[in-house]
Amino acid sequence: MNQSAPDTLERASDDETYYLNMGPQHPSMHGVLRLLLHLRGEKILDCEPVIGYAHRAHEKMAENRSYIMFIPNTSRVDYLSGMIYNIGFCQAIEKMVGIEVPARAEVIRVIVCELNRIQSHLLWLGTFMLDLGGVTPFLYCFDDREEILTILDRVTGSRLTYAYGRFGGVTMDVDDVFIEQSRAFLVRLRERFLMYHALIRENVIFQERCRGVGVISEEIALKYGVTGPSLRASGVEYDVRRAEPYGGYERFDFEIPTEKAGDCLARFDVRVREMEQSCRIIEQGLTALPDGPIGPKKLIKKLKPPKGEFYFAVESARGHFGMYILSDGSDTPAKIKLRTPSFSSLSSMPDVLRGTMVADTIAIVGSIDLVIPEIDR
Amino acid sequence: MPRTFLDIFGNPLLALGAGIGGVMTVLSLNTLFCIWFERKVSAWIQRRMGPMEVGFHGTLQTVADMIKLLGKQLITPRGVDKPLYHLAPLMVFAPVVAAASLLPFSKTVVLTNINIGLVLIFMFGGFAVIGIFMAGWGSNNKYALLGAMRSIAQNISYEIPLILSALPIVLLISAKGPMYEIEGEMIAINGMNLAHITAVQADTGVWFVLLQPVAMLIFFIAILAETNRAPFDIPEAESELVAGFHTEYSGMRFGLFFFAEYSNMLIGSMLATVLFFGGWDGPILPGPVWFFLKAYLLIFAMMWIRWTFPRLRFDQLMTFCWGALIPLSIVNLLVTAFLIKVL
Repeated sequence: MNQSAPDTLERASDDETYYLNMGPQHPSMHGVLRLLLHLRGEKILDCEPVIGYAHRAHEKMAENRSYIMFIPNTSRVDYLSGMIYNIGFCQAIEKMVGIEVPARAEVIRVIVCELNRIQSHLLWLGTFMLDLGGVTPFLYCFDDREEILTILDRVTGSRLTYAYGRFGGVTMDVDDVFIEQSRAFLVRLRERFLMYHALIRENVIFQERCRGVGVISEEIALKYGVTGPSLRASGVEYDVRRAEPYGGYERFDFEIPTEKAGDCLARFDVRVREMEQSCRIIEQGLTALPDGPIGPKKLIKKLKPPKGEFYFAVESARGHFGMYILSDGSDTPAKIKLRTPSFSSLSSMPDVLRGTMVADTIAIVGSIDLVIPEIDR
Repeated sequence: MPRTFLDIFGNPLLALGAGIGGVMTVLSLNTLFCIWFERKVSAWIQRRMGPMEVGFHGTLQTVADMIKLLGKQLITPRGVDKPLYHLAPLMVFAPVVAAASLLPFSKTVVLTNINIGLVLIFMFGGFAVIGIFMAGWGSNNKYALLGAMRSIAQNISYEIPLILSALPIVLLISAKGPMYEIEGEMIAINGMNLAHITAVQADTGVWFVLLQPVAMLIFFIAILAETNRAPFDIPEAESELVAGFHTEYSGMRFGLFFFAEYSNMLIGSMLATVLFFGGWDGPILPGPVWFFLKAYLLIFAMMWIRWTFPRLRFDQLMTFCWGALIPLSIVNLLVTAFLIKVL
């Protein structure tokens, strides 16, 4: 691994290299990631990510249960954008089998998914600032995030690991209180954005820590398959919601924020602007919420998709989440392979981290928004 | 001029005992208060309540924490360098006590009155680096060693602007000399005597922050770095180095590092008070009250900064010191010297 060190940095001989195991227990590794750093002084010569500490065999579990029984698993793959994974899996199966989704259910799905995306980005924003040593924004972000969790909890019955999606709809209908709460939250969040801008974005120390740090060039990003906000920060306008529209996203008006620089600051800007776009989507959804059923009359419990392979992707908070489903015609999948975005983002790290400082490692790893259980699955 | 403990007690041993007792009491109370205060300030900034359970508004929380720390097992990891590992907390803590005894907290009574008090305080401040390095080296832990490395570079670098920004004060005082009249008493004035620095400010009624605002800013920033406070808390940067040089310390050994950190904050603020804010000088209230009030205002500012800013990166910290603070303090010193000569 990593044979191609840049020419500017000569490789140290082994007795001069300081090996530092960052993780699996470390305050800024967001769970159980382990980075084996090769250091000279504080400069990073090389980095080897070691994964697998949160492996729960979700893909294997899928082979032992029917399609509907796999729904709760999906939100546990990435517990921060659980809703998007959850609904994404349902959408995949719907497309595979050809189930119609009522208009109301479709809009509800978009709203809850975008709420989930904002929630995920808010958590990222807080922990990223925590990585940079700013404790206070972390608590502000969690305060905002709590509102979303409360709203979603009321509708779906769970705060983080949802099982809200069903084939052909959602489990529970939303009511006026949900709409009111969501509207109130959007108003509140837009005010908070101003504060975050003043507190974080305009801070000189923050800018110094982020500008030009951890540049993921377009080339590296495409080479490793980095997706999501990290890719858009490198100047590639790719968003599954726009590239291969699904679940009614084509009817919504929103922008895909992109930045050119590819550094931590660009990734910060992209995510913050993405939250604003999500707010726009939610607003449109709340206004255009049609009446009607929220799912098929009779819950689809048993379904046998036709024999064959199928691939479907959605845009999670971290990027392109793809599901490859192999069906043998029975009611259990023969194989489900999940393509999770954090894995690809992490793969690019050795190339990005080489030549930076230990303190930068924390900033860079924080800025690409990793969710470790999602890497290991 | 103020009476020292030696004048009051007569016997040097008695004065020493009383001095150490007094300093330890003040420092212990300060630590207990500061931890509670810090938690309340951070809670206030973060829109939380902070500790509320033990005592009125959690005032006794730190006492409970301290008892818990005392009761904890002292874990000595395998492979540590035993003498260094065990001595380090003491090496960090002892100079703090010595430094605290030099500060003139009141007009009439001080612990010691030494003509080179300013130099001694900086010297004791420098000792702490040795303790930190002993802790980092002796712990046999990679994070601790990285933290210690950073700490040495940081503390040695920031001592330069710290001293350079205190020197204009020495010049200002010395320019009043050699003999100066304070309340009808002629004394041989000495720019490095902390009691004299306060007395001159009280006598002229002009606090040196008005004459030396740049020096005050540099001094305050350097104090933040010397006490390893955010945004310069790089030696113990939690999100990078777990806990830096004291990663491997538990129980009361860790408690001593903590104790030393908050005591250093107090001493730094008190020194800034003496140099720039007229020490015990102030209307109506008695001198020591003013002294502590000003010191705690500075401590509040330090906490405010900590809970607002993210952390600098190590190389940025060094660039800031060598590229901005040191040149600025040298220029400030030269300008001051020039103006004193001309005016």
